[in-house]
Amino acid sequence: MLAILAQADKTFFLPPARSTIAPAHDGLYHFVLWMSIFFTALIAGLLVYFVIKYRRKSPHDVPEGPTHSTAIELGWTLPPLILVMVIFTWGFRGFINLNQAPNSAYQVVVTASKWNWAFTYEGGESDGTLHVPVNTPISLVLTSKDVIHSFYVPAFRVKKDVVPGRFNKTWFEATEVGEYELFCAEYCGQQHSTMITKVVVEPMDDFLAYLEERGKWWEGQKPIDVGKTVHQEKGCVACHSLDGTAGTGPSWKDVFNNERMFADGTKLVADEEYIRDSILNPGNHILAGYENVMPTFQGQIKDQEILGVIELLKSISSKYEGFVLEEMPTDEPAGGTGESTPADEGAATESGTESETQTQE
Amino acid sequence: MTVINNPVKAGVYGGQEQSGTNYINHSKGIMSWLLTLDHKRIALMYMVTVLGAFLLGGSFAIILRTMLFARAVTETPITPTTQDLYNQFFTLHGAILVFMFIIPAVPGILGNMVLPLMLGAKDVAFPRLNLLSWYCYMGGGAFFLFVLLNGGLDTGWTFYTPYSTSTTTSVTAATLGAFILGFSSILTGLNFIASIHMLRPKGMGWFDMPLFLWALYATSVIQVLATPVLAITLLLLAAERVFGVGIFDPALGGDPVLYQHFFWFYSHPAVYIMILPAMGVVSELIAVFSRRHIFGYSFIAFSSVAIALLGFLVWGHHMFTSGQSAMTNAIFSLITFSVAIPSAIKVFNWLATMYKGSILLATPMLYALAFIWLFTIGGLTGVFLGSLSLDIMAHDTYFVVAHFHYVMVGSMLTAFLGGMYYWWPKMFGKMYSEKVAKIAWFLIFVGFNMTFFVQFVAGSQGMPRRYADFIPEYALYHQISTIGSYILAIGLFVVLFNWIHSLRFGKPAPQNPWGGNTLEWHTSSPPPHENFIEDPPVSDPYVMGAWDYDEAGECYVYNEAKAAELALREHH
Repeated sequence: MLAILAQADKTFFLPPARSTIAPAHDGLYHFVLWMSIFFTALIAGLLVYFVIKYRRKSPHDVPEGPTHSTAIELGWTLPPLILVMVIFTWGFRGFINLNQAPNSAYQVVVTASKWNWAFTYEGGESDGTLHVPVNTPISLVLTSKDVIHSFYVPAFRVKKDVVPGRFNKTWFEATEVGEYELFCAEYCGQQHSTMITKVVVEPMDDFLAYLEERGKWWEGQKPIDVGKTVHQEKGCVACHSLDGTAGTGPSWKDVFNNERMFADGTKLVADEEYIRDSILNPGNHILAGYENVMPTFQGQIKDQEILGVIELLKSISSKYEGFVLEEMPTDEPAGGTGESTPADEGAATESGTESETQTQE
Repeated sequence: MTVINNPVKAGVYGGQEQSGTNYINHSKGIMSWLLTLDHKRIALMYMVTVLGAFLLGGSFAIILRTMLFARAVTETPITPTTQDLYNQFFTLHGAILVFMFIIPAVPGILGNMVLPLMLGAKDVAFPRLNLLSWYCYMGGGAFFLFVLLNGGLDTGWTFYTPYSTSTTTSVTAATLGAFILGFSSILTGLNFIASIHMLRPKGMGWFDMPLFLWALYATSVIQVLATPVLAITLLLLAAERVFGVGIFDPALGGDPVLYQHFFWFYSHPAVYIMILPAMGVVSELIAVFSRRHIFGYSFIAFSSVAIALLGFLVWGHHMFTSGQSAMTNAIFSLITFSVAIPSAIKVFNWLATMYKGSILLATPMLYALAFIWLFTIGGLTGVFLGSLSLDIMAHDTYFVVAHFHYVMVGSMLTAFLGGMYYWWPKMFGKMYSEKVAKIAWFLIFVGFNMTFFVQFVAGSQGMPRRYADFIPEYALYHQISTIGSYILAIGLFVVLFNWIHSLRFGKPAPQNPWGGNTLEWHTSSPPPHENFIEDPPVSDPYVMGAWDYDEAGECYVYNEAKAAELALREHH
């Protein structure tokens, strides 16, 4: 329903215009389009007319005609010159609007990595889809963990490269509630073409509710389901299968409690700490036969989410015969309640909070 | 030069009435080709190898389009393996066709063949250097073949860092290949500059040169000045990959956007390396097949130079979304628009040349007209991309893909084919089937527009480039485009058939089938080893009145009395 509504005013050339700057873009686009149609028609028309009118009647023809005229040259140089200067100015003004976010803009940090998006809000809430309130300027700070990506939402007419080692900025203000495609526009390797997610534009109340819910989305879910959601939404699925199929990274099946052979010749039995370390510091242990390509998830994954992943791994490992958590631990301070929290969980939460404050080096 | 006999009078209808030797049968055996210093033979060696590269890179295009068609009609999600394959194919498609086809095709084949002839010279200024440039081409090509067979390449032809320094494919070998190909380009450019400066015959001032030579001159200047920057950039890239020197990779303290600056400082001028020679060919074709003096000679000549110079100052327009400052973007946008002016001047002058002409729609002319159509669309869509706010939306989408295919491929390819058909009788002394050639032209024209026009729409709708996969919304565009590409491919194969057929069964070509007055038409078809037995008469290349049509020979014959009369009139 929302999707249909979002497509409502799509034209032959342009997707629906759903941001405050889109109408200005579309105005200039149509101006240049009609100018192009005019000149193409003029040139093609003259061409066909000349071909017919002046077709060769006899191979003996030696036609005479003007060979130069400075007046004519200047005459047909000036109108295009004026036109392109108008277009330059028009496009420049549009660009300046695109460049200057209003001071009141709500900031979202965009972190791109091969091959997923992470959007982090002011409270540290993070998600793989971008949620924004409607009619509110949103300013984006973009950075990449590995190669260059590019943030692109056609419906908003906005694009900005996401460059490692830089913080690029852009902004937009969505004008209508709906779901819009968000593409990676800069080629970034194997799964570039599936590095697609959505922008969900919603009323402010819904957005606030979403943030609230996002802060502790795992509450009331089984840890294994939390792990499965993380696997999908954080983009783990791009490289790691759950069923043993080989991918860019090792499958998660039969990992837990299994002996791991590393590229440097060392070995380790995969336990909770190994899994946690592999998510936060993936370069520490490179499995034999694989490349060091995984980005770190420091600052983008909560300890509860890591816990979900660990429990998921336990549940699909034939090497592990122990206990799999049935419920997520609560946020209440441990001790006295008798919850079955693993011993290392408290420590993990602390260091997790710490790494959140130092997001994106 | 000693005058032995006069082939112009002895062999009006072409090489066959000559004593029988020409540059093709002048000496025999494979070594007489591989060690030849004859520019015409080097041109033919370029022709065979460049067309081979075109076939290879073109086949990759057909594979890409077929994969996209298949994606449009299947429901199953795409696998990483398929994505890898697609990425490799689009990279090699671009790299091979840019470095091994588009850049060398017109200068390497037509330039080498025609430039000394147009100068009335025996050869280029440095024949040995000319042969070396072909061997550089082969050497670079060998690296590309190595890449093809050893791990492939998946960086895109642009080699953007830090992706290119982190991927496991054969980036180092490919950059070395491009590095060596660059030398081929530089050496050809040097040779052409020296030839035009030193070898112009008595009576041919700068403004008496055919416009094709002006275009080659402007191109050569770019090749000599810009290509070294690419070479340095690729070496830095290789140094970073192999030795871990931090230049572009932020993890090593480098800046990835710096790479883009370096790369486009060459690669933007390079698009003029591709299009300027094509424009030169078109200037010749329009004048000869309108049988009219070219209109606005000096404006066309200077517009080539203006494009060459301005082309150096616009590289930043490839980076409007990269995060460079708004001021930088504004300046690059402004200068980019200024390139539109000399381009427009050329188109208007070609049209004015046709005005009151005597237009013959022979195959080369059809290609010249196709060029005007494709270049107009390619140029006007460049106005979209030069404009800052529109480029933000269109950057890295199929709009850009369509734009540069119209300019770099459509325009360059039609001019190249037009030039090949135009000089074919001169090169081989054989005529071709005009009917088959026209059918091929039609297929190519329709196929090209069908393939790429729809991509403007797809791109405006937001379809990003270099995507193996896409959302269903874009499926129809991809299907239409793929069908168009098949028509285009069939057309190109008809051309190949047409040429091979002509070589075997073609009628002997006369010395001057079209009535052009540039100097290559003053020698036999094909020319003798020495090009000219007797110094050709130098006059305004666009005054064609001295050539009388000969009904029996279906060709033009030089009338010296008329020529003298015209020369006299010119002086008054």
